[in-house]
Amino acid sequence: MSQDIVNLEVNGVAVQGRKGQMIIQVTDAVNAYVPRFCYHEKLTVAANCRMCLVEVEKAPKPLPACATPINEGMKIFTKSPKAIAAQKATMEFLLINHPLDCPICDQGGECELQDLAMGFGRDAARYELDKRVVKDKSFGPLISTDMTRCIHCTRCVRFTQEIQGVQELGTIGRGEDMRISMFVEKAVDHELSGNIIDLCPVGALNSKPARFQGRSWEMTEQPLVSPHDAIGTNLAAHVRRGQLMRVVPRVNEAINETWISDRDRFSYEGVYAADRAQTPLIRRGGTLVPTTWEVALEAAALALKDAVSAYGAERIGVLGLPTATLEESYLLARLGRGLGTPNLDHRLRRRDVRDQDADPDYPGLGFPIAELDRLDGVLVVGADLRNEAPLLAHRLRTAATKNQAKVGFVNPARYEYRFPVAGYEAVAAGQMVAVLASVGRAVAEAAGQGLPPALASAVAPTEAQAAIARALTNGTRRLLLLGNLAERHPAYADLRAVAGAVAALAGATLGYLPNGGNAAGATLAGLLPHRDAGARPAPKRGLGAGAMLAAGLEAYVLFGGIEPDADTAHGAVAATALAQARFVLAITPFASDAAIAHAHVVLPIGTYAETSGTYVNVEGRWQSTTAVARAVGESRPGWKVLRALGTLMGLDGFEYGSSEDVRKELEQSMNGTGLSLDTTYRGQWLPAGAVPGVLDVVGLYASDPIVRRAPALQETPAAQRAAATSGVYP
Amino acid sequence: MSRVMNQVVFEPLHLPESWTLSAYRSIGGYEAWERILREKVTPEAVIEEVKASGLRGRGGAGFPTGLKWSFMPRNAPGAKYAVCNSDESEPGTCHDRDILRYNPHSVVEGMLIGGYAMGATAGYNYIRGEFLAEPYVRFEAAVQEAYAAGYIGSNILASGHQFELYSVAGAGAYICGEETALLESLEGKPGRPRFKPPFPANFGLYGRPTTINNTQSFASVPTILRKGAKWFAEMGVANSGGSAVFSVSGHVNKPGNYELPLGIPFLELLEDICGGMRNGKALKAVIPGGSSCPVMPAAAILSATMDYDGLRKAGSSLGTGAVIVMDEDTCMVKVLERLTRFYRAESCGQCTPCREGTGWLNRLVRRIMAGEGKKSDIDLLVDVANRIEGHTICALGDAAAWPVQSFVKHFRHEFEYMVDNGGRSIVDDPARRAA
Repeated sequence: MSQDIVNLEVNGVAVQGRKGQMIIQVTDAVNAYVPRFCYHEKLTVAANCRMCLVEVEKAPKPLPACATPINEGMKIFTKSPKAIAAQKATMEFLLINHPLDCPICDQGGECELQDLAMGFGRDAARYELDKRVVKDKSFGPLISTDMTRCIHCTRCVRFTQEIQGVQELGTIGRGEDMRISMFVEKAVDHELSGNIIDLCPVGALNSKPARFQGRSWEMTEQPLVSPHDAIGTNLAAHVRRGQLMRVVPRVNEAINETWISDRDRFSYEGVYAADRAQTPLIRRGGTLVPTTWEVALEAAALALKDAVSAYGAERIGVLGLPTATLEESYLLARLGRGLGTPNLDHRLRRRDVRDQDADPDYPGLGFPIAELDRLDGVLVVGADLRNEAPLLAHRLRTAATKNQAKVGFVNPARYEYRFPVAGYEAVAAGQMVAVLASVGRAVAEAAGQGLPPALASAVAPTEAQAAIARALTNGTRRLLLLGNLAERHPAYADLRAVAGAVAALAGATLGYLPNGGNAAGATLAGLLPHRDAGARPAPKRGLGAGAMLAAGLEAYVLFGGIEPDADTAHGAVAATALAQARFVLAITPFASDAAIAHAHVVLPIGTYAETSGTYVNVEGRWQSTTAVARAVGESRPGWKVLRALGTLMGLDGFEYGSSEDVRKELEQSMNGTGLSLDTTYRGQWLPAGAVPGVLDVVGLYASDPIVRRAPALQETPAAQRAAATSGVYP
Repeated sequence: MSRVMNQVVFEPLHLPESWTLSAYRSIGGYEAWERILREKVTPEAVIEEVKASGLRGRGGAGFPTGLKWSFMPRNAPGAKYAVCNSDESEPGTCHDRDILRYNPHSVVEGMLIGGYAMGATAGYNYIRGEFLAEPYVRFEAAVQEAYAAGYIGSNILASGHQFELYSVAGAGAYICGEETALLESLEGKPGRPRFKPPFPANFGLYGRPTTINNTQSFASVPTILRKGAKWFAEMGVANSGGSAVFSVSGHVNKPGNYELPLGIPFLELLEDICGGMRNGKALKAVIPGGSSCPVMPAAAILSATMDYDGLRKAGSSLGTGAVIVMDEDTCMVKVLERLTRFYRAESCGQCTPCREGTGWLNRLVRRIMAGEGKKSDIDLLVDVANRIEGHTICALGDAAAWPVQSFVKHFRHEFEYMVDNGGRSIVDDPARRAA
């Protein structure tokens, strides 16, 4: 270690750095700020802006701090006259062609160029000649362009190249005519593309949906957690007078680093969709009419109690959207169990629950998200990762490109990954189990082991399958990941039993990426027909989501804005079931036809932005946030609505003071349950039977009701493609 | 006083079809390469010989060639490259073009010897795109002849040595003459200089150790090894061994490429070799080493000698040896406009001072020429140039700044005259015209 330490001086203060570090890393570490535009810690060094020039003793010229490696005994001056002169010189050059349109620029107030111009610019320009004007190109529905403002730092170019893995942007032209462009004009087409808005140090690239909507100094920044996928991406909400105006990343190296997906960034538009439920509704004479909270809550409580007494509690089904907060899912489960019904579920897209007892206590990766980067061997089964969890796909790409991880796939379709893929089997959904079994056989044969029962009938592997097996068994840190598609697979039990056997043979962790951003939270909350909170066995076993809807129960409680066609695997039976039910209670942020067509009472609730609550991600991290936006119309946070319902129905212990109380109660109830984050498969092999059903396609930007209502996202090429291919996998 | 010309890179110039293998062999071509392989001369010995010759890079910077070769991690495993820079685009410079046209085998042999000395596995000659019609063809034909004769390829002359050589045509960008931009272009990317460190000797073409030398430098090597380092060194003067090709252009009677020993007095070059000033005009200024070098007023250049130290002492540099001669009728403001226009057009646009500054400089000069200049513009010109110099990734920024600084330094009165006279040049002054 000691030979890796470099002793040097920054502005006369002795500091230490590590061999191989650049000057800027050391100066940043000791808070000796050096101005910069092109340097970004997550991107390669370009050294093209020349803003970070500093003086180094014995160097004849000022040196770029971002690209100059530190040396023993180096003496660096970041604020000497020579350094400041060089930085001011660069600033003057940057400003000569930059338009003075700050008053109408969305970046104004949060602009790196503006900020640094205050420190290094002149009061009056010495440049009196013509300024450059650059024709804009359209980057699509998400990103607005004002390329005249561009200072050519190439952060966006490097992002597309290094993070997206596809060079969508480049520089064309020379000298003053150099510009950032796409070679053929088209929308940027990547699920992380919006990050170039944050990377852009000036107003060249901005959010198109937020364009001209507000100034940065009018907004407050408050923390949020994304409900759209199971990663638990940290977001910062920009709120103006109670309205959510923008969403940007909140740095969390353990989860999302400095990135967020476009889905997380632009979904906020869905919060203000035109079909938000504004008031409680009650069905009178066949139509839903607005009413007061008192009337609606009384009616709902009464109807549910009547249903219990008239048809028995078993004839009531409770379904919750898996993007709901932990507290909402917990109270919903408590409400259902309080009524006496065991029919509770959040697994709306899962068809095969034959071996649900073998589900882990908690569907997760089995290790921290950050360790994905360091994997050596990966097999992804049934996952369109870039769609299901874009940042997880990014982590795997990092593993493959930086750690030379080998990644193989068994999927019902070929998805594009921008890294070297070690093996890919794109087979019909019905073939996935057999193909995975053959991969397992290849693993066993390579290790000279016998075949476990789940793999007993595996046919000899093809070379492609053997390549996938080699990928999985590469190195020592191995993961077999079951994705959203796997969970939706009509023969999920078989697929998982085989996956469990393959993971055991390969010494790989069996990880889950569940459908629904807070599926892990709903699982812990006990919104399940076979398990109570904290993974305790349910006092009484009930029906899962599919069975509930197929059974045609007398009453249903739908929570979270469930639109059965889009949010469940049971759209067709759901319509019949809900139409024939005597009573349907829809607790929903949205009053769309799909969400409330068969409802008798509609209770409007807030979205993720308007309620406090907790999200649990795939690594088991609990993240709580408070409401950041004012409620739309008369809607109320979901947990408060459930509290009121529970109280009205006379259920015990519904007198919570805050969502914090709800969370604390759940945490306490989990003490001593022996809850485990271990995801190892311990199920029994079920002989494969004929399993009816299909494997649904869930398009990018169709995953939950909020996302489906975000207009900009729906206009993206990815959403258009997904819409064109929606349906089921062959 | 008569000088012996054409002793090194232009040696076969007098022969018919001097570019052929037979012509080259008739002056002893490939003897050095054959001897190295036959006698198993060590790479170290080759490098020592080149160092002793005093050969310095003829591409402009004048870095000692032998020393450069010694920086290559010769014994590192894997591919290593010797790259020849034939992207000759410095305004005023045209000697590499004639070396490729009339003596291409000297470049081939020089690259073979250099590649051998540096442990390179392959060589590339990057030839400027505008040379596609003739120089490129001649060089490529020479490569094919040399392959056929067994001088290049695998198991060269049964020695077990292997070396592959390729010609590559550029696409017309001045900046690709910068060695790391050249490497980027060779890799198929836009020609933009890389920041250093890492230097090409450690991280060059395709990330492998690479050394880039100028065409004339490579072409000089076979003769050095054939006739001896001492012979070469003594041809020139101290610190400036051997000969160099001077590309003389401008207002002289006989412009052209002249290979002459370094250290020749400028006066001799002008009067004896180039036949003096055209139309008997008086000499006003000379840019002695290509457009990037500081301009020299007549008084300074007339007493200078044409070698690295001589020109440095006189306030400029030998550069590429492109001597641009300007007579008394030349408007220095217009010359600077032409030069700044060139750098504005050729800046790659990657780094800020050069991208923005070269345009600013040119616009300022144009404003002065348009009669809209202010006195303060003259100081602003120098200030902008000073703010580019030393702040850029590559030397193009410096190359754009030096002419501005030197033109204003030596010919400030011409700029002031133009500002004061609404854009009229001092050479059009009525009093001067009448005289």
